[in-house]
Amino acid sequence: MTEKDREKEKQHETHPGGEPAGKTESHKGGNDRFLRDNQPDEQKGAVQSQGKGETDSDTVDSSDVKQPADSAAKKAAAAAKAKAAAAAKAKAAGAAKGGSIPGRASAKKKKEPPEPSPKQPVLDRWVRIIRGALGEEAVEDAMINRPNGHLPTLFISKDRWLEAARLLKEHEELAFDYLQNLAGVDYEEHMEVVFHLFSMRHRHAVGVRVKTERENPEIPSVTCVWAGADWNEREVYDLLGIRFTGHPDLRRILMPDDWVGHPLRKDYEPFDEGV
Amino acid sequence: MLRTEEMLLNVGPQHPSTHGVFRLVITIDGETITEAKPVVGYLHRGTEKLAEDLTYTQIVPYTDRMDYLSAMTNNYIVVHAAETLMEVELPERAEFLRVIVMELNRIASHLVWFGTYLLDIGAMSPFLLAFREREQILDLFNDLCGARLTYNYMRIGGVKWDVPEGWLDQVRAFISNMREKLKEYEDLVAGNEIFLNRTRGIGVYSADEAIDYGLSGVNLRAAGVDWDLRRDRPYSVYDRFEFDVPVGKNGDLYDKFTCRMEEIRQSLRIVEQAVDQFPEGPVMAKVPRVIRVPEGEAYVQMESPRGELGCYLVSRGKDKPYRLKFRRPSFYNLQILPRLLKGENVANLVAILGGIDIVLGEVDA
Repeated sequence: MTEKDREKEKQHETHPGGEPAGKTESHKGGNDRFLRDNQPDEQKGAVQSQGKGETDSDTVDSSDVKQPADSAAKKAAAAAKAKAAAAAKAKAAGAAKGGSIPGRASAKKKKEPPEPSPKQPVLDRWVRIIRGALGEEAVEDAMINRPNGHLPTLFISKDRWLEAARLLKEHEELAFDYLQNLAGVDYEEHMEVVFHLFSMRHRHAVGVRVKTERENPEIPSVTCVWAGADWNEREVYDLLGIRFTGHPDLRRILMPDDWVGHPLRKDYEPFDEGV
Repeated sequence: MLRTEEMLLNVGPQHPSTHGVFRLVITIDGETITEAKPVVGYLHRGTEKLAEDLTYTQIVPYTDRMDYLSAMTNNYIVVHAAETLMEVELPERAEFLRVIVMELNRIASHLVWFGTYLLDIGAMSPFLLAFREREQILDLFNDLCGARLTYNYMRIGGVKWDVPEGWLDQVRAFISNMREKLKEYEDLVAGNEIFLNRTRGIGVYSADEAIDYGLSGVNLRAAGVDWDLRRDRPYSVYDRFEFDVPVGKNGDLYDKFTCRMEEIRQSLRIVEQAVDQFPEGPVMAKVPRVIRVPEGEAYVQMESPRGELGCYLVSRGKDKPYRLKFRRPSFYNLQILPRLLKGENVANLVAILGGIDIVLGEVDA
């Protein structure tokens, strides 16, 4: 569905003159899933009841209707539906041409309101501290995760991760002494290990993401920094196959020792000796 | 001096004091444990893998089976993660109902701990008493959602069932009954000489160690860290209720006992306030029929009876999660066990393991 939506958005961007200006606006607003939650509840309800008994894609398309709430709503709805059908056809044609865009970044941009996040200065300060101590390349990127309560998120280079982890824990101003969560994610084009850290002293939190390549994934172990990382790194190794260099005892923890493969990888195929 | 030889002893996986399927390989020298190696994974069902092929509503029953002593909190964390990314506004009545059932579930869970823990260290009757009271909570849940353990009660946007008639009065009756019984429990146990000898100064760790190991919940607070997510990172409507957070001093087993008993009392306070302020209105927000969570990622956290229960959700805008990771408090809390058992008398093994309060369904996911 996201691919489709992106296609739709792209079409509106490229041919805005193809439709009456006012209608285009409402159409766009209805299609942007990220804006949908900003609508008042009653309108959402209207959308839902109209979507009942139709297929999924119709439910989404019928959200086009939510703007004209006056007496002409029914007419407009029919028109919008016809238009949506046409758009869907065009979209299908576009998809067939293989015109898919890597729309992750653009979708994010759309979602973000223009005003800067209240956490932005904090994040900038942290990035400066880490870059100051470990060099420019240690922090690959930094962002504010808005839907997640404006959580500052750092992308740390895996080559510098162990030093960065020590710094995160030991620096006076950072003092992230508590490992809240450690998760591995297979993004298909790369792998990522996500750390959620918390400082009991300063009561602030940060998300840290460390990228690694998909073939032979490997990042430094941080068990010597946070003792609680031990089993978690074993779990990530077990389920995703990411090796943690320097881990004292990197064995499988949840799956049986003789299991073949790492189940949470997206390309995992169950191995069955009988077949 | 008598010459002793090191011996390897296998505890579990099938053993009543492990509270599930948990194996512990210990090396003992005489009666002293020199090394302990926990082996987990016997109950691994691949919840996270299964979740990638399920819609959000379908995932909820699977979470019931992780921490089966506190399924309500598990329900909550997964719907809370999705709601955070969807930015859904919940109706008040749904929030209140969630708080009431989660706190009742916390009481039920602590009651199981109380009963089984004393059974572990040799007292039979508290087990019967605790299960008698827990039964009342299960009956309440049965009336509310038709299940005693695996509730499948919460949905994205609210809860599945509104309260049946007279249910709130039953909750009120339970509160006053439980308060009396709690006193009875404490009279029975807290001053008992044997109980004190078996728990005071046993299984001690410091606040720094607790933080380093990522312990949470009572295991963290017993060591003197004043940290409760309900108060310090309020979610749902917890910021509207008054309650205290019991904190221990020594980090020993006795402090864990007092903290858990006090938590039952505080949970009763929260439920009482929630029942008194219980609002009218719908129990479900208006959400789309097919739930699609917008693209993004979020880590959400809550205070389950065992500690910080978290959920890291990566969504690509589909009706199924791209990656769902549970931060399972039992899994984190259990890690400190080898460190606690080292140099300990073998007779304290069961007492220390029980004090952590693990649920193996949650450890193994």
